[in-house]
Amino acid sequence: MPTRIQKQARQDTMLLNMGPSHPAMHGTIRVMLELDGERILNSEVEVGYLHRGFEKTCEHRTYFSLLPYTDRLNYVSPLINNLGYVMTIEKMLGVEVPERAQYIRVLMSELSRISDHLTCLAAMAMECGAFTVFLYKMKAREFLWDVIEQTTGARMTTSYIRIGGVRADLHPDFDAVLKKAVEETRLVLKDVHGLLDKNKIFLNRTRDVAVMSREDAVAFGWTGPCLRSTGVSYDVRKAQPYLVYDRLNWDVPLGERGDNFDRYLVRMKEMEQSLRIIEQAAARIPESSRGFIAEGMAPAQAIKESRRQRVRKDIALSPNLEGSEEARYPDILASDKGFVVPPKEETYTSIEGLINHFKFFMRGHGIRPPKGDVYFAVEGGNGELGFYIVSDGTDRPYRLHLRAPCFHIVSSLEQLIRGRYVADVIPTFGSMNMIGGELDR
Amino acid sequence: MDIVIAVIKIILALVWFLVLTLYLTWLERKESAVIQDRIGANRANIWKFRFLGLFQPFADAIKMIFKEDFVPAFANKFLHTLAPFLSFFFVAITICAVPFGDTLRLGGRTISLQVLDLNAGLLFILAMLSLGIYGIILSGWASRNRFTLLGGIRGAAQLISYEVALGLSLIGIIMVFPSLSLQSIVRFQGENILGFIPKWGVLLQPLGFVVFFFAALAETKRVPFDMPEGESEIIGFFTEYGGLKWGLFMMTDFMEIIIVSALLTTLFFGGWQVPWLAADGFHWPWGGGRALPHGVVVLLQLLAFNIKIVFFCWLQILIRWTYPRFRYDQVMDLGWKVLIPLSLLNIVGTGIVMGFLK
Repeated sequence: MPTRIQKQARQDTMLLNMGPSHPAMHGTIRVMLELDGERILNSEVEVGYLHRGFEKTCEHRTYFSLLPYTDRLNYVSPLINNLGYVMTIEKMLGVEVPERAQYIRVLMSELSRISDHLTCLAAMAMECGAFTVFLYKMKAREFLWDVIEQTTGARMTTSYIRIGGVRADLHPDFDAVLKKAVEETRLVLKDVHGLLDKNKIFLNRTRDVAVMSREDAVAFGWTGPCLRSTGVSYDVRKAQPYLVYDRLNWDVPLGERGDNFDRYLVRMKEMEQSLRIIEQAAARIPESSRGFIAEGMAPAQAIKESRRQRVRKDIALSPNLEGSEEARYPDILASDKGFVVPPKEETYTSIEGLINHFKFFMRGHGIRPPKGDVYFAVEGGNGELGFYIVSDGTDRPYRLHLRAPCFHIVSSLEQLIRGRYVADVIPTFGSMNMIGGELDR
Repeated sequence: MDIVIAVIKIILALVWFLVLTLYLTWLERKESAVIQDRIGANRANIWKFRFLGLFQPFADAIKMIFKEDFVPAFANKFLHTLAPFLSFFFVAITICAVPFGDTLRLGGRTISLQVLDLNAGLLFILAMLSLGIYGIILSGWASRNRFTLLGGIRGAAQLISYEVALGLSLIGIIMVFPSLSLQSIVRFQGENILGFIPKWGVLLQPLGFVVFFFAALAETKRVPFDMPEGESEIIGFFTEYGGLKWGLFMMTDFMEIIIVSALLTTLFFGGWQVPWLAADGFHWPWGGGRALPHGVVVLLQLLAFNIKIVFFCWLQILIRWTYPRFRYDQVMDLGWKVLIPLSLLNIVGTGIVMGFLK
């Protein structure tokens, strides 16, 4: 069936099908271009090649078990997706999160934000031909992922931020690794500024290309760095502060013209602000008094010895549960028993603990928020990442909707590239930071 | 006997050209790796003997030879096959006009270290480099793919925007060294200014050198001037090629780098000239000198020429891995609005200076 652009195209123009398999269409998106020479007369953006039915799937999962699906939304900054979903549920339930967990959440989401921006700008630079910049940024991202990997145990599918807190406490070496990552990222940012900021070719490619006005940006529903590049100061972290963002000292960088270069520069500056936040948060995070357990009793041994009398000894958890010992629960998880996974020590050694464990995971018995609906948004890598959840009182959401920031941004692509050259599609699309998992859900 | 010598010279020049090309791929891999904090290709080995990945070019060549020779269903088979060979042929033939050294006296014979001393060698090289664009246009057109078609058109548009500047920038050189034969131009550069500064083209024609260098970068069709390829935009004119045909396009690119470096060396950096080295040895500008046997002089000249070529290859690779890509209208702007006026200015300026010096 011919699409809109195929019906409307003039006879003397050429239709060019860019994507879904095209090096610049990261993720999968298809752009049909109507070309006169290399000038774009019209275009048609087709999304949905990565549609996995996220929202519908969530209706069949319990509130706890749909958390891993949120990892796969914006797969460049999965921790922020976790955070957005989890905080929506917490708002529904009215859970108080311990302060240390809040700082850990801030640290993790800022690390993710930097890696998100790095990925976006790296891809944008590479598509403009600057392959070296791409690899520099990937190098910095590698150090950041090391920090995340060490604490969360995963690089992409973290599922680290849990309802009521976080899954595990920070790794003992966290400070040292974080310091190295921050240093390396600063060096890379300096290099990239040097390579691109005053580069005549890069400026030619991005300055005054795909200019977005403030009014249009707001009308399209732009948020995040793209909106701020047009000069509108809207950041969810400032507008509706969550976690401990209002206690930290940082600025919202703004652009002036709303062109590709401003989108690049705002992201670069935002990374510096995120580094500031990370440093402050790392300095102010409340100390955990509890050290890691070096020697513990094996669970099987503990069960054996607990036959007659409960053994009050430390249980050695398997390495993948490191950091989530019962002793650490007050620091990292809310005290409400019903909303958090019961500690493994209890589950392994007492019948009550085992029953609690099963009740938490059993269908119809887990987290059951009251009837009603709730919307909560956090500042994601691309902008306002909002979850809208309707609860009917059961353990599964009646409806879950994701407000994906890049959906609104990509919807303006047709307008931005009209009348420009084929080569302009690349930096424009790159500066939007389209993430397939989030866009198509 | 003359024919035998000519054949030997052709074979040697071509083989040396191909060896340089092969190892330029290695240089590119390693240099980009150094720039980007990587290690670079180092896995190719013969009996576990890796030697910095120096066998990588051969591994690449073997891989390309054994790949499927693929022609798209709707492509024009004849033109599709012809295109890479055209590209390759026109750039490979240019090596015959490049002077590798002065003359070699061997067994009573005087052999010029150049395959063919054309009296219009400069024009010959420029003409052949321009003809190479037919390979690109044909491959873009015959592949029957809209992306390759755009690549072909971009190639043609880019050619006309820098080729004029490329030619005009050399007029100054031809005015200073009144010859079109590359060998004579190099010989002119053997003289000294004020008795001690080598009279190299870059000193007499600094502006001409700058214009020629930019136009020549565009000639090689690599980043920042890789519009016909533009791999993230239109994937390139050779999208529909695979195996050795694609390899020929790649080799053409690298050979163009070498030829451009050879031209830069020959026209602006004294070709095979070593400062203060004459046919009988060094003549120091502060008096005295050092006599050298004929063979050593010839070897020094060959060495100097190749070192200069490698230096310019290195420089071009450095530029390639540092800058982003131009947009295609911006290249035309650069060609028509900047380089051509500059080269015209250079011609006028050279003329005025020469008029006064007469």
